[in-house]
Amino acid sequence: MIPDLGKYAAEVGLAYGVSIVLLAGIIGISWRQSVAQKRALDAVEARRNG
Amino acid sequence: MIALLRRDLRLATRAGGGFGLGLVFFLIVVVLVPFGVGPQTAILSQIASGILWVAALLAALLSLDRIFALDHEDGALALLATAPIPLEMVGVAKAVAHWLTTGLPLSIAAPVLGVLLQLQPSAYVFVAATLFLGTPALSMIGTFGAALTVGIRRGGLLLSLLVLPLYVPTLIFGAEAVRRGAQGLDAVTPLLMLAGITAGSFALLPFATAAVLRINLR
Amino acid sequence: MSLWEYANPKRFMGWTAPVLPWVFGVAALFLVTGLVWGFFFTPDDYRQGSTVKIIYLHVPAAFMAINTWIMMLVASLIWLVRRQHVSALAAKAAAPIGLTMTLIALLTGAIWGQPMWGTYWAWDPRLTSFLILFLFYLGYMALWAAIDDPDTAADLTSVLCIVGSVFAVLSRYAVKFWNQGLHQGTSVPLATGGRTVSDVFFVPLAISSVGFILLFIALVLLRTRTEIRRRRVRALHMRESRR
Repeated sequence: MIPDLGKYAAEVGLAYGVSIVLLAGIIGISWRQSVAQKRALDAVEARRNG
Repeated sequence: MIALLRRDLRLATRAGGGFGLGLVFFLIVVVLVPFGVGPQTAILSQIASGILWVAALLAALLSLDRIFALDHEDGALALLATAPIPLEMVGVAKAVAHWLTTGLPLSIAAPVLGVLLQLQPSAYVFVAATLFLGTPALSMIGTFGAALTVGIRRGGLLLSLLVLPLYVPTLIFGAEAVRRGAQGLDAVTPLLMLAGITAGSFALLPFATAAVLRINLR
Repeated sequence: MSLWEYANPKRFMGWTAPVLPWVFGVAALFLVTGLVWGFFFTPDDYRQGSTVKIIYLHVPAAFMAINTWIMMLVASLIWLVRRQHVSALAAKAAAPIGLTMTLIALLTGAIWGQPMWGTYWAWDPRLTSFLILFLFYLGYMALWAAIDDPDTAADLTSVLCIVGSVFAVLSRYAVKFWNQGLHQGTSVPLATGGRTVSDVFFVPLAISSVGFILLFIALVLLRTRTEIRRRRVRALHMRESRR
């Protein structure tokens, strides 16, 4: 299934690995920040309205 | 505006004003380099012009946060904003004062320090000329950066982070002009670009600087 | 300060909420398709061997690194002219994405460079320009972080973005002059983009690029929503503490 990457297997693998980690990183961080701010906003608004 | 210029020059040259500090820093960096890269003449003379440019750039950076900080602290900046001269000219005056107290002395000191770095004989005039042409740009760009960070406590490091990338074109053309000129190659293009950057900076950045000062004074 | 200062942020939150999952979904579709196709179903290059597969990451990331900055520039101009908060917050939101794209471009470029040039780093004009762009992103993000008042921060970072853009373009010319002389073509085959690449590589590259664009859009929408909420929380906190 994995194509024969030949002598450049390490480089190609590293490139894909690094990119996927970084993309997952920015997505994950953005997601976490979004959840945190939503929670904070809900808490503050509950205090205002409650 | 002349009065403003004279005032800043007086402030900078009295004790604690930072005038000598820039020159001493320049000397120290130049002295440090051979300790870092080794004393071989062949190596030093190759990198000498670049070292002089980088050291001058860093020395100019050193005194940037003083440009507006003192005036901002004692409220003088707010007064300047309401003065009859436009805030844009205040920016120009500040930049010129900065250049007269750092860039100009550095341009004169550089060939002298070039001796320490085994600078090629043919490069001396180019080092002085390019620094003379390019350091005003460093002062004007630095003044813009100083205006951006004037309200930030201990903003010196942030100032460096913001200003150094803006310095790259000036550094490249300045150092390239010396490199090519010293080898007898045609240095007109980088020299023209360098002059262009200085001219462009003084033509456009005062407006950005004034805008930023107004934002920070709100 | 009223409930949401301007109708704009409220409307933005309104329409982005249902749209966001779809944008993420389609982005994932294009990304996975492009990368899987490129990785598994394309041949090796005659000269570059299997490293040509890095193109499906490197080129879209580099493309987005530049385009993100352009988007930030436009958003900054809109903020300065029209004072629309969503615009300013969108610029703030986009910066970390651009930083990540630049980093991916730099790292994949360096990794690709090692077998091709024999070195992990070379002061090639394009790589050098991306390194400078990386510093611009850092400075922009640092300035946002250093200023307390959101409107002042928006104003200052907008001016920085505009001035920075001028110098970024200037730097591009300077770097090309510095390494290869103004009128020589780039000898590095790396970032030639889709034009000079044969069709068998071009289609998965295009699909991957669309994926990157859509991912950027999804992330900007998500992050801008977060910034709007963050601003709202801050405003309410300040009102609470004043009572």
